Amino acid sequence: MRERIDQVYRADSRRVLATLIRLLGDFDLAEEAMQDAFVAAVDRWPVEGVPANPRTWLVSAGRFKAIDRLRRRAKFDASLAPVLRRVDVAVEQPDVDDDQVEDDRLRLIFTCCHPALGMDAQVALTLREVCGLTTEEIAHAYLTPAPTLAQRIVRAKAKIRDARIPYQVPTRGALPSRLSAVLHVVYLVFNEGYSASSGRSLVRHDLSSEAITLGRLLVELLPEPEAYGLLALMLLHDARRAARVGPDGELILLDDQDRSQWNREQIIEGCTLVEKALTTGPVGPYGLQAAIAAVHSEAATPGETDWEQIVGLYDLLMRAEPTPVVELNRAVAVAMRDGPAEGLALIDAIVRRGQLGDYHHVHSARADLLRRLGRTSEAINAYERALDLNTQEPERRFLSRRIAGLRRVDDSGRTSAP
Amino acid sequence: MRYLCLIYDNEQAWEKLPKEESDAVFGEYFSFTEGIKQSGKHLGGEALQPTQTATTVRVRNGKVTTTDGPFAETKEQLGGYYLIDASDLNDAIQVAAKIPSARYGSVEIRPIMEFTSM
Repeated sequence: MRERIDQVYRADSRRVLATLIRLLGDFDLAEEAMQDAFVAAVDRWPVEGVPANPRTWLVSAGRFKAIDRLRRRAKFDASLAPVLRRVDVAVEQPDVDDDQVEDDRLRLIFTCCHPALGMDAQVALTLREVCGLTTEEIAHAYLTPAPTLAQRIVRAKAKIRDARIPYQVPTRGALPSRLSAVLHVVYLVFNEGYSASSGRSLVRHDLSSEAITLGRLLVELLPEPEAYGLLALMLLHDARRAARVGPDGELILLDDQDRSQWNREQIIEGCTLVEKALTTGPVGPYGLQAAIAAVHSEAATPGETDWEQIVGLYDLLMRAEPTPVVELNRAVAVAMRDGPAEGLALIDAIVRRGQLGDYHHVHSARADLLRRLGRTSEAINAYERALDLNTQEPERRFLSRRIAGLRRVDDSGRTSAP
Repeated sequence: MRYLCLIYDNEQAWEKLPKEESDAVFGEYFSFTEGIKQSGKHLGGEALQPTQTATTVRVRNGKVTTTDGPFAETKEQLGGYYLIDASDLNDAIQVAAKIPSARYGSVEIRPIMEFTSM
Protein backbone atom coordinates (compact mmCIF):
# COMPACT_ATOMS: atom_id res chain seq x y z
CA MET A 1 0.00 0.00 0.00
CA ARG A 2 2.83 2.37 0.88
CA GLU A 3 4.22 1.81 -2.60
CA ARG A 4 0.86 2.51 -4.19
CA ILE A 5 0.59 5.81 -2.30
CA ASP A 6 4.15 6.77 -3.28
CA GLN A 7 3.21 6.04 -6.85
CA VAL A 8 0.12 8.26 -6.64
CA TYR A 9 2.26 10.95 -5.02
CA ARG A 10 4.75 10.89 -7.89
CA ALA A 11 2.09 10.84 -10.57
CA ASP A 12 -0.53 13.15 -9.11
CA SER A 13 0.81 15.34 -6.30
CA ARG A 14 1.44 18.28 -8.67
CA ARG A 15 -2.05 18.00 -10.14
CA VAL A 16 -3.61 17.88 -6.70
CA LEU A 17 -1.53 20.89 -5.65
CA ALA A 18 -2.49 22.91 -8.74
CA THR A 19 -6.19 22.33 -8.09
CA LEU A 20 -5.88 23.09 -4.37
CA ILE A 21 -4.14 26.39 -5.17
CA ARG A 22 -7.15 27.39 -7.27
CA LEU A 23 -9.69 26.29 -4.66
CA LEU A 24 -7.86 27.75 -1.67
CA GLY A 25 -6.34 30.78 -3.39
CA ASP A 26 -3.05 30.47 -1.56
CA PHE A 27 0.16 28.58 -2.39
CA ASP A 28 1.26 27.82 1.16
CA LEU A 29 -2.18 26.79 2.37
CA ALA A 30 -2.50 24.50 -0.65
CA GLU A 31 0.92 22.96 -0.03
CA GLU A 32 -0.03 22.15 3.59
CA ALA A 33 -3.42 20.84 2.54
CA MET A 34 -1.83 18.53 -0.02
CA GLN A 35 0.61 17.12 2.55
CA ASP A 36 -2.31 16.63 4.98
CA ALA A 37 -4.29 14.84 2.30
CA PHE A 38 -1.48 12.35 1.68
CA VAL A 39 -1.11 11.79 5.43
CA ALA A 40 -4.85 11.01 5.52
CA ALA A 41 -4.38 8.60 2.60
CA VAL A 42 -1.66 6.72 4.50
CA ASP A 43 -4.13 6.41 7.40
CA ARG A 44 -7.23 5.43 5.55
CA TRP A 45 -6.42 3.71 2.28
CA PRO A 46 -4.98 0.59 3.97
CA VAL A 47 -8.32 0.25 5.80
CA GLU A 48 -10.83 1.50 3.23
CA GLY A 49 -8.94 0.53 0.08
CA VAL A 50 -7.65 2.83 -2.65
CA PRO A 51 -10.48 5.10 -3.85
CA ALA A 52 -11.70 4.76 -7.42
CA ASN A 53 -10.35 8.19 -8.28
CA PRO A 54 -7.42 8.88 -5.94
CA ARG A 55 -6.90 12.37 -7.34
CA THR A 56 -10.38 13.72 -6.55
CA TRP A 57 -10.26 11.95 -3.18
CA LEU A 58 -7.02 13.80 -2.36
CA VAL A 59 -8.35 17.16 -3.56
CA SER A 60 -11.46 16.71 -1.47
CA ALA A 61 -9.51 15.57 1.61
CA GLY A 62 -7.12 18.51 1.14
CA ARG A 63 -10.02 20.99 1.08
CA PHE A 64 -11.48 19.71 4.32
CA LYS A 65 -8.07 19.59 6.00
CA ALA A 66 -7.45 23.19 4.94
CA ILE A 67 -10.74 24.37 6.34
CA ASP A 68 -10.07 22.59 9.64
CA ARG A 69 -6.72 24.26 9.90
CA LEU A 70 -8.19 27.66 9.06
CA ARG A 71 -11.05 27.33 11.57
CA ARG A 72 -8.59 26.48 14.30
CA ARG A 73 -6.38 29.43 13.40
CA ALA A 74 -9.28 31.85 12.93
CA LYS A 75 -10.17 31.42 16.61
CA PHE A 76 -6.95 33.23 17.43
CA ASP A 77 -6.54 35.42 14.38
CA ALA A 78 -9.56 37.43 13.23
CA SER A 79 -7.82 38.59 10.06
CA LEU A 80 -8.27 35.05 8.68
CA ALA A 81 -12.05 35.50 8.52
CA PRO A 82 -12.15 36.59 4.83
CA VAL A 83 -9.89 33.67 3.83
CA LEU A 84 -12.13 31.30 5.73
CA ARG A 85 -15.23 32.62 3.92
CA ARG A 86 -13.54 32.15 0.56
CA VAL A 87 -12.47 28.62 1.39
CA ASP A 88 -15.94 27.77 2.71
CA VAL A 89 -17.34 28.68 -0.68
CA ALA A 90 -14.66 26.58 -2.37
CA VAL A 91 -15.54 23.55 -0.29
CA GLU A 92 -19.19 23.78 -1.29
CA GLN A 93 -18.28 23.61 -4.97
CA PRO A 94 -18.95 20.33 -6.74
CA ASP A 95 -16.15 17.85 -7.14
CA VAL A 96 -13.54 18.71 -9.71
CA ASP A 97 -13.55 16.93 -13.04
CA ASP A 98 -10.45 15.90 -14.93
CA ASP A 99 -10.64 18.71 -17.53
CA GLN A 100 -10.54 21.28 -14.77
CA VAL A 101 -7.58 19.53 -13.20
CA GLU A 102 -5.62 19.79 -16.45
CA ASP A 103 -6.55 23.49 -16.68
CA ASP A 104 -5.27 23.96 -13.15
CA ARG A 105 -1.86 22.64 -14.17
CA LEU A 106 -1.75 25.23 -16.94
CA ARG A 107 -2.89 27.94 -14.53
CA LEU A 108 -0.06 26.96 -12.22
CA ILE A 109 2.52 27.12 -15.03
CA PHE A 110 1.34 30.52 -16.25
CA THR A 111 1.29 31.90 -12.70
CA CYS A 112 4.81 30.65 -11.91
CA CYS A 113 6.08 32.09 -15.22
CA HIS A 114 4.28 35.43 -14.88
CA PRO A 115 6.45 38.20 -16.37
CA ALA A 116 5.77 40.39 -13.32
CA LEU A 117 8.06 38.01 -11.39
CA GLY A 118 11.83 38.23 -11.80
CA MET A 119 13.38 35.68 -14.16
CA ASP A 120 15.25 33.89 -11.33
CA ALA A 121 12.03 33.71 -9.34
CA GLN A 122 10.10 32.31 -12.31
CA VAL A 123 12.67 29.54 -12.77
CA ALA A 124 12.80 28.68 -9.05
CA LEU A 125 9.04 28.74 -8.61
CA THR A 126 8.43 26.60 -11.69
CA LEU A 127 10.91 23.95 -10.55
CA ARG A 128 9.46 24.00 -7.04
CA GLU A 129 5.73 24.09 -7.74
CA VAL A 130 5.32 22.55 -11.19
CA CYS A 131 8.16 19.99 -11.13
CA GLY A 132 8.00 19.34 -7.38
CA LEU A 133 11.74 19.67 -6.78
CA THR A 134 12.70 20.53 -3.21
CA THR A 135 14.26 23.89 -2.43
CA GLU A 136 17.52 22.09 -1.60
CA GLU A 137 17.55 20.32 -4.96
CA ILE A 138 17.04 23.57 -6.85
CA ALA A 139 19.67 25.39 -4.78
CA HIS A 140 22.13 22.57 -5.47
CA ALA A 141 21.48 22.62 -9.21
CA TYR A 142 21.96 26.38 -9.42
CA LEU A 143 24.93 26.44 -7.01
CA THR A 144 22.97 28.91 -4.88
CA PRO A 145 22.80 28.75 -1.06
CA ALA A 146 19.51 27.10 -0.04
CA PRO A 147 18.39 30.03 2.17
CA THR A 148 18.82 32.44 -0.77
CA LEU A 149 16.71 30.21 -2.96
CA ALA A 150 14.08 29.69 -0.27
CA GLN A 151 13.91 33.48 0.17
CA ARG A 152 13.44 33.92 -3.59
CA ILE A 153 10.49 31.52 -3.57
CA VAL A 154 8.92 33.13 -0.49
CA ARG A 155 9.16 36.58 -2.09
CA ALA A 156 7.66 35.36 -5.35
CA LYS A 157 4.71 33.79 -3.53
CA ALA A 158 4.24 36.99 -1.54
CA LYS A 159 4.15 39.02 -4.74
CA ILE A 160 1.61 36.65 -6.30
CA ARG A 161 -0.60 37.14 -3.24
CA ASP A 162 -0.05 40.87 -2.55
CA ALA A 163 -0.04 42.21 -6.10
CA ARG A 164 -2.79 39.70 -6.92
CA ILE A 165 -1.28 37.89 -9.87
CA PRO A 166 -4.33 35.94 -11.05
CA TYR A 167 -4.42 32.14 -11.20
CA GLN A 168 -5.54 31.85 -14.77
CA VAL A 169 -4.61 30.87 -18.29
CA PRO A 170 -4.11 34.07 -20.31
CA THR A 171 -6.81 35.23 -22.69
CA ARG A 172 -6.37 34.38 -26.35
CA GLY A 173 -5.00 37.84 -27.14
CA ALA A 174 -2.30 37.65 -24.47
CA LEU A 175 -1.52 33.96 -25.02
CA PRO A 176 1.31 34.20 -27.61
CA SER A 177 3.47 36.54 -25.52
CA ARG A 178 2.69 34.74 -22.26
CA LEU A 179 3.39 31.33 -23.81
CA SER A 180 6.72 32.56 -25.11
CA ALA A 181 7.57 33.69 -21.54
CA VAL A 182 6.79 30.15 -20.30
CA LEU A 183 8.85 28.56 -23.07
CA HIS A 184 11.71 30.91 -22.26
CA VAL A 185 11.76 29.69 -18.64
CA VAL A 186 11.76 26.06 -19.78
CA TYR A 187 14.58 26.75 -22.25
CA LEU A 188 16.63 28.54 -19.55
CA VAL A 189 16.32 25.49 -17.30
CA PHE A 190 17.36 23.24 -20.18
CA ASN A 191 20.39 25.33 -21.09
CA GLU A 192 21.54 25.53 -17.50
CA GLY A 193 21.69 21.75 -17.55
CA TYR A 194 23.10 21.49 -21.05
CA SER A 195 25.83 24.13 -21.22
CA ALA A 196 27.83 22.92 -18.24
CA SER A 197 29.86 20.03 -19.55
CA SER A 198 32.22 19.08 -16.73
CA GLY A 199 32.39 18.57 -12.99
CA ARG A 200 28.85 19.41 -12.06
CA SER A 201 27.44 17.71 -15.13
CA LEU A 202 25.62 14.98 -13.22
CA VAL A 203 23.48 17.36 -11.18
CA ARG A 204 22.84 19.58 -14.14
CA HIS A 205 21.77 16.69 -16.29
CA ASP A 206 18.76 16.56 -13.99
CA LEU A 207 17.88 20.12 -14.98
CA SER A 208 17.85 19.18 -18.67
CA SER A 209 15.56 16.25 -18.01
CA GLU A 210 13.28 18.39 -15.84
CA ALA A 211 13.08 20.86 -18.73
CA ILE A 212 12.22 18.06 -21.16
CA THR A 213 9.53 16.83 -18.77
CA LEU A 214 8.13 20.36 -18.61
CA GLY A 215 8.26 20.56 -22.40
CA ARG A 216 6.26 17.32 -22.66
CA LEU A 217 3.70 18.65 -20.20
CA LEU A 218 3.26 21.85 -22.22
CA VAL A 219 2.83 19.95 -25.47
CA GLU A 220 0.19 17.81 -23.79
CA LEU A 221 -1.68 20.75 -22.27
CA LEU A 222 -1.20 23.37 -24.95
CA PRO A 223 -0.35 21.85 -28.33
CA GLU A 224 0.89 25.07 -29.92
CA PRO A 225 3.53 25.01 -32.70
CA GLU A 226 6.20 26.66 -30.55
CA ALA A 227 5.61 24.22 -27.68
CA TYR A 228 6.27 21.36 -30.15
CA GLY A 229 9.26 23.29 -31.47
CA LEU A 230 10.87 23.76 -28.06
CA LEU A 231 10.39 20.13 -27.04
CA ALA A 232 11.87 19.01 -30.37
CA LEU A 233 14.82 21.37 -29.97
CA MET A 234 15.58 20.09 -26.46
CA LEU A 235 15.29 16.42 -27.46
CA LEU A 236 17.51 16.86 -30.52
CA HIS A 237 20.23 18.69 -28.58
CA ASP A 238 19.99 16.30 -25.65
CA ALA A 239 20.35 13.36 -28.05
CA ARG A 240 23.95 14.43 -28.69
CA ARG A 241 24.85 14.62 -25.01
CA ALA A 242 27.02 11.49 -24.87
CA ALA A 243 28.99 12.48 -27.97
CA ARG A 244 29.49 16.09 -26.95
CA VAL A 245 31.99 15.61 -24.15
CA GLY A 246 35.27 13.69 -24.37
CA PRO A 247 36.64 11.35 -21.70
CA ASP A 248 38.47 14.25 -20.01
CA GLY A 249 35.46 16.56 -20.07
CA GLU A 250 36.65 18.14 -23.33
CA LEU A 251 34.09 19.78 -25.55
CA ILE A 252 33.70 17.96 -28.88
CA LEU A 253 32.35 20.03 -31.77
CA LEU A 254 29.50 18.76 -33.92
CA ASP A 255 31.88 17.91 -36.80
CA ASP A 256 34.10 15.73 -34.62
CA GLN A 257 31.40 13.89 -32.67
CA ASP A 258 31.02 10.13 -32.89
CA ARG A 259 27.55 10.10 -34.40
CA SER A 260 26.97 6.47 -33.46
CA GLN A 261 26.72 7.71 -29.87
CA TRP A 262 23.76 9.93 -30.68
CA ASN A 263 20.49 8.79 -29.15
CA ARG A 264 18.57 7.63 -32.25
CA GLU A 265 15.28 7.15 -30.45
CA GLN A 266 15.32 10.71 -29.19
CA ILE A 267 16.28 11.99 -32.65
CA ILE A 268 13.34 10.18 -34.25
CA GLU A 269 10.98 11.62 -31.66
CA GLY A 270 12.50 15.08 -32.14
CA CYS A 271 12.12 14.91 -35.92
CA THR A 272 8.46 13.86 -35.62
CA LEU A 273 7.84 16.83 -33.33
CA VAL A 274 9.61 19.19 -35.76
CA GLU A 275 7.13 18.11 -38.41
CA LYS A 276 4.26 18.88 -36.04
CA ALA A 277 5.79 22.28 -35.25
CA LEU A 278 6.05 23.04 -38.96
CA THR A 279 2.55 21.87 -39.82
CA THR A 280 0.28 22.90 -36.90
CA GLY A 281 0.54 26.66 -37.42
CA PRO A 282 2.87 29.56 -38.07
CA VAL A 283 6.36 28.35 -37.23
CA GLY A 284 8.41 30.38 -34.72
CA PRO A 285 12.03 30.61 -33.58
CA TYR A 286 11.99 27.36 -31.54
CA GLY A 287 10.45 25.36 -34.37
CA LEU A 288 13.01 26.70 -36.85
CA GLN A 289 15.97 26.06 -34.55
CA ALA A 290 14.63 22.54 -34.00
CA ALA A 291 14.33 22.07 -37.77
CA ILE A 292 17.99 23.08 -38.16
CA ALA A 293 18.99 20.61 -35.42
CA ALA A 294 16.92 17.94 -37.20
CA VAL A 295 18.77 18.48 -40.50
CA HIS A 296 22.08 18.02 -38.66
CA SER A 297 20.75 14.86 -37.02
CA GLU A 298 19.78 13.34 -40.34
CA ALA A 299 23.35 13.48 -41.72
CA ALA A 300 25.26 10.24 -41.09
CA THR A 301 28.58 12.12 -41.50
CA PRO A 302 29.36 15.87 -41.33
CA GLY A 303 30.08 15.81 -45.07
CA GLU A 304 26.52 14.71 -45.83
CA THR A 305 24.95 17.71 -44.06
CA ASP A 306 22.37 19.45 -46.21
CA TRP A 307 23.76 22.99 -45.88
CA GLU A 308 21.44 24.29 -48.60
CA GLN A 309 18.45 23.45 -46.41
CA ILE A 310 20.12 24.78 -43.27
CA VAL A 311 20.84 28.15 -44.90
CA GLY A 312 17.19 28.26 -46.04
CA LEU A 313 16.01 27.64 -42.47
CA TYR A 314 18.35 30.36 -41.17
CA ASP A 315 16.82 32.73 -43.74
CA LEU A 316 13.40 32.04 -42.19
CA LEU A 317 14.83 32.36 -38.68
CA MET A 318 16.29 35.75 -39.61
CA ARG A 319 12.77 36.85 -40.47
CA ALA A 320 11.28 35.49 -37.23
CA GLU A 321 14.10 36.64 -34.97
CA PRO A 322 16.44 39.12 -36.69
CA THR A 323 19.30 39.17 -34.15
CA PRO A 324 23.06 39.44 -34.79
CA VAL A 325 23.57 35.98 -33.22
CA VAL A 326 21.21 34.37 -35.73
CA GLU A 327 22.98 36.30 -38.48
CA LEU A 328 26.31 34.91 -37.28
CA ASN A 329 25.04 31.34 -37.31
CA ARG A 330 23.63 31.87 -40.78
CA ALA A 331 27.05 33.18 -41.93
CA VAL A 332 28.69 29.99 -40.65
CA ALA A 333 26.14 27.90 -42.58
CA VAL A 334 26.78 29.98 -45.72
CA ALA A 335 30.51 29.30 -45.30
CA MET A 336 29.74 25.57 -45.29
CA ARG A 337 27.58 25.85 -48.39
CA ASP A 338 29.53 28.38 -50.49
CA GLY A 339 33.02 28.40 -48.99
CA PRO A 340 34.90 30.12 -46.15
CA ALA A 341 35.46 33.42 -48.03
CA GLU A 342 31.70 34.01 -48.44
CA GLY A 343 31.03 33.27 -44.77
CA LEU A 344 33.90 35.48 -43.63
CA ALA A 345 32.55 38.45 -45.63
CA LEU A 346 29.18 38.12 -43.84
CA ILE A 347 30.78 37.89 -40.38
CA ASP A 348 33.03 40.88 -41.08
CA ALA A 349 29.95 42.86 -42.09
CA ILE A 350 28.35 42.16 -38.67
CA VAL A 351 31.51 43.23 -36.84
CA ARG A 352 31.86 46.38 -39.02
CA ARG A 353 28.39 47.43 -37.85
CA GLY A 354 29.84 47.43 -34.33
CA GLN A 355 27.83 44.38 -33.20
CA LEU A 356 28.98 41.27 -31.31
CA GLY A 357 32.58 42.57 -31.09
CA ASP A 358 32.91 41.12 -27.58
CA TYR A 359 31.13 37.85 -28.33
CA HIS A 360 33.68 35.03 -28.29
CA HIS A 361 31.78 32.94 -30.85
CA VAL A 362 32.31 35.67 -33.48
CA HIS A 363 36.06 35.42 -33.07
CA SER A 364 36.21 31.63 -32.97
CA ALA A 365 33.99 31.47 -36.08
CA ARG A 366 36.21 34.02 -37.88
CA ALA A 367 39.30 32.13 -36.74
CA ASP A 368 37.97 28.88 -38.12
CA LEU A 369 37.24 30.41 -41.53
CA LEU A 370 40.62 32.18 -41.65
CA ARG A 371 42.29 28.87 -40.80
CA ARG A 372 40.47 27.14 -43.64
CA LEU A 373 41.54 29.95 -45.99
CA GLY A 374 45.16 29.37 -44.97
CA ARG A 375 45.44 32.84 -43.43
CA THR A 376 47.22 31.31 -40.44
CA SER A 377 48.54 34.31 -38.51
CA GLU A 378 45.19 36.12 -38.76
CA ALA A 379 43.52 32.92 -37.58
CA ILE A 380 45.82 32.74 -34.55
CA ASN A 381 44.97 36.36 -33.67
CA ALA A 382 41.26 35.66 -33.88
CA TYR A 383 41.54 32.49 -31.75
CA GLU A 384 43.48 34.47 -29.15
CA ARG A 385 40.76 37.12 -29.07
CA ALA A 386 38.16 34.36 -28.62
CA LEU A 387 40.25 32.85 -25.81
CA ASP A 388 40.41 36.23 -24.04
CA LEU A 389 36.63 36.55 -24.09
CA ASN A 390 35.65 32.95 -23.25
CA THR A 391 35.22 31.90 -19.64
CA GLN A 392 34.08 28.30 -20.09
CA GLU A 393 36.99 26.01 -19.19
CA PRO A 394 36.43 23.17 -21.69
CA GLU A 395 35.97 25.66 -24.54
CA ARG A 396 39.10 27.54 -23.51
CA ARG A 397 41.12 24.32 -23.64
CA PHE A 398 39.73 23.65 -27.11
CA LEU A 399 40.78 27.12 -28.32
CA SER A 400 44.26 26.73 -26.81
CA ARG A 401 44.72 23.42 -28.66
CA ARG A 402 43.71 25.09 -31.91
CA ILE A 403 46.21 27.93 -31.38
CA ALA A 404 49.02 25.50 -30.61
CA GLY A 405 48.21 23.49 -33.72
CA LEU A 406 48.22 26.59 -35.93
CA ARG A 407 51.52 27.82 -34.47
CA ARG A 408 53.14 24.60 -35.66
CA VAL A 409 51.68 25.08 -39.15
CA ASP A 410 52.79 28.71 -39.15
CA ASP A 411 56.38 27.80 -38.21
CA SER A 412 56.71 25.09 -40.83
CA GLY A 413 55.10 27.47 -43.36
CA ARG A 414 57.88 29.94 -42.75
CA THR A 415 60.69 27.44 -43.23
CA SER A 416 59.31 25.74 -46.35
CA ALA A 417 57.48 27.49 -49.16
CA PRO A 418 53.70 26.65 -49.37
CA MET B 1 -8.31 45.80 -5.74
CA ARG B 2 -6.67 49.23 -5.86
CA TYR B 3 -3.43 49.91 -7.68
CA LEU B 4 -1.44 53.11 -8.06
CA CYS B 5 0.03 53.61 -11.52
CA LEU B 6 3.08 55.89 -11.22
CA ILE B 7 4.01 57.56 -14.48
CA TYR B 8 7.70 58.13 -15.17
CA ASP B 9 8.84 60.26 -18.08
CA ASN B 10 12.00 61.94 -19.27
CA GLU B 11 11.25 65.58 -18.42
CA GLN B 12 13.97 67.01 -20.63
CA ALA B 13 12.77 65.14 -23.70
CA TRP B 14 9.27 66.28 -22.84
CA GLU B 15 10.34 69.97 -22.67
CA LYS B 16 12.09 69.71 -26.04
CA LEU B 17 8.99 68.37 -27.74
CA PRO B 18 7.49 70.74 -30.37
CA LYS B 19 4.16 72.22 -29.29
CA GLU B 20 2.00 70.30 -31.77
CA GLU B 21 3.50 67.00 -30.56
CA SER B 22 3.01 67.74 -26.88
CA ASP B 23 -0.54 68.88 -27.69
CA ALA B 24 -1.10 65.53 -29.34
CA VAL B 25 0.08 63.67 -26.21
CA PHE B 26 -2.13 65.87 -24.01
CA GLY B 27 -5.00 64.91 -26.29
CA GLU B 28 -4.19 61.23 -25.81
CA TYR B 29 -4.13 61.69 -22.03
CA PHE B 30 -7.48 63.47 -22.18
CA SER B 31 -9.15 60.63 -24.05
CA PHE B 32 -7.43 57.96 -21.92
CA THR B 33 -8.76 59.65 -18.78
CA GLU B 34 -12.26 59.94 -20.27
CA GLY B 35 -12.19 56.26 -21.23
CA ILE B 36 -11.02 54.96 -17.86
CA LYS B 37 -13.58 57.13 -16.07
CA GLN B 38 -16.33 55.58 -18.13
CA SER B 39 -15.02 52.06 -17.44
CA GLY B 40 -15.48 52.66 -13.71
CA LYS B 41 -11.85 51.80 -12.95
CA HIS B 42 -10.79 55.39 -12.32
CA LEU B 43 -10.44 56.34 -8.66
CA GLY B 44 -8.19 59.36 -9.04
CA GLY B 45 -5.21 60.80 -10.82
CA GLU B 46 -3.18 63.95 -11.27
CA ALA B 47 -0.32 65.32 -13.32
CA LEU B 48 2.58 66.83 -11.40
CA GLN B 49 4.57 69.99 -12.04
CA PRO B 50 8.18 69.30 -13.16
CA THR B 51 10.89 68.22 -10.71
CA GLN B 52 12.49 71.70 -10.75
CA THR B 53 9.57 72.70 -8.51
CA ALA B 54 10.24 69.79 -6.11
CA THR B 55 11.54 70.06 -2.57
CA THR B 56 12.73 67.12 -0.49
CA VAL B 57 12.31 67.21 3.27
CA ARG B 58 14.10 65.06 5.88
CA VAL B 59 13.94 65.13 9.66
CA ARG B 60 17.04 63.79 11.40
CA ASN B 61 17.48 64.03 15.18
CA GLY B 62 14.50 66.36 15.28
CA LYS B 63 16.10 68.77 12.80
CA VAL B 64 14.29 69.55 9.54
CA THR B 65 16.43 69.86 6.42
CA THR B 66 15.06 70.75 3.02
CA THR B 67 16.88 70.28 -0.26
CA ASP B 68 16.09 71.36 -3.78
CA GLY B 69 14.80 68.78 -6.22
CA PRO B 70 13.69 65.16 -6.03
CA PHE B 71 15.25 62.50 -3.83
CA ALA B 72 17.07 60.62 -6.57
CA GLU B 73 18.75 61.71 -9.79
CA THR B 74 17.29 59.45 -12.44
CA LYS B 75 16.78 59.55 -16.17
CA GLU B 76 13.00 59.39 -15.78
CA GLN B 77 11.02 61.43 -13.31
CA LEU B 78 7.69 60.94 -11.63
CA GLY B 79 5.27 63.05 -13.63
CA GLY B 80 1.84 61.95 -12.50
CA TYR B 81 -0.30 59.06 -11.34
CA TYR B 82 -3.60 57.28 -11.67
CA LEU B 83 -5.29 55.43 -8.84
CA ILE B 84 -7.27 52.59 -10.41
CA ASP B 85 -9.58 49.80 -9.37
CA ALA B 86 -8.65 46.55 -11.16
CA SER B 87 -9.69 42.96 -10.61
CA ASP B 88 -6.10 41.66 -10.53
CA LEU B 89 -2.58 42.41 -11.73
CA ASN B 90 -3.30 41.31 -15.30
CA ASP B 91 -6.21 43.73 -15.41
CA ALA B 92 -4.02 46.52 -13.97
CA ILE B 93 -1.29 45.79 -16.54
CA GLN B 94 -3.85 46.17 -19.33
CA VAL B 95 -4.92 49.56 -18.00
CA ALA B 96 -1.34 50.74 -17.42
CA ALA B 97 -0.31 49.73 -20.94
CA LYS B 98 -2.85 52.20 -22.31
CA ILE B 99 -1.42 55.19 -20.40
CA PRO B 100 0.23 57.26 -23.16
CA SER B 101 3.55 57.62 -21.29
CA ALA B 102 3.99 53.83 -21.26
CA ARG B 103 5.12 54.25 -24.87
CA TYR B 104 7.81 56.86 -24.07
CA GLY B 105 8.66 56.40 -20.43
CA SER B 106 7.38 53.77 -18.01
CA VAL B 107 4.53 53.09 -15.64
CA GLU B 108 5.13 51.43 -12.27
CA ILE B 109 2.15 49.54 -10.85
CA ARG B 110 1.96 49.34 -7.07
CA PRO B 111 -0.81 47.54 -5.22
CA ILE B 112 -2.30 49.66 -2.45
CA MET B 113 -1.78 48.24 1.01
CA GLU B 114 -5.22 47.66 2.52
CA PHE B 115 -5.45 47.85 6.30
CA THR B 116 -8.45 45.85 7.45
CA SER B 117 -10.00 47.25 10.61
CA MET B 118 -10.93 44.59 13.13
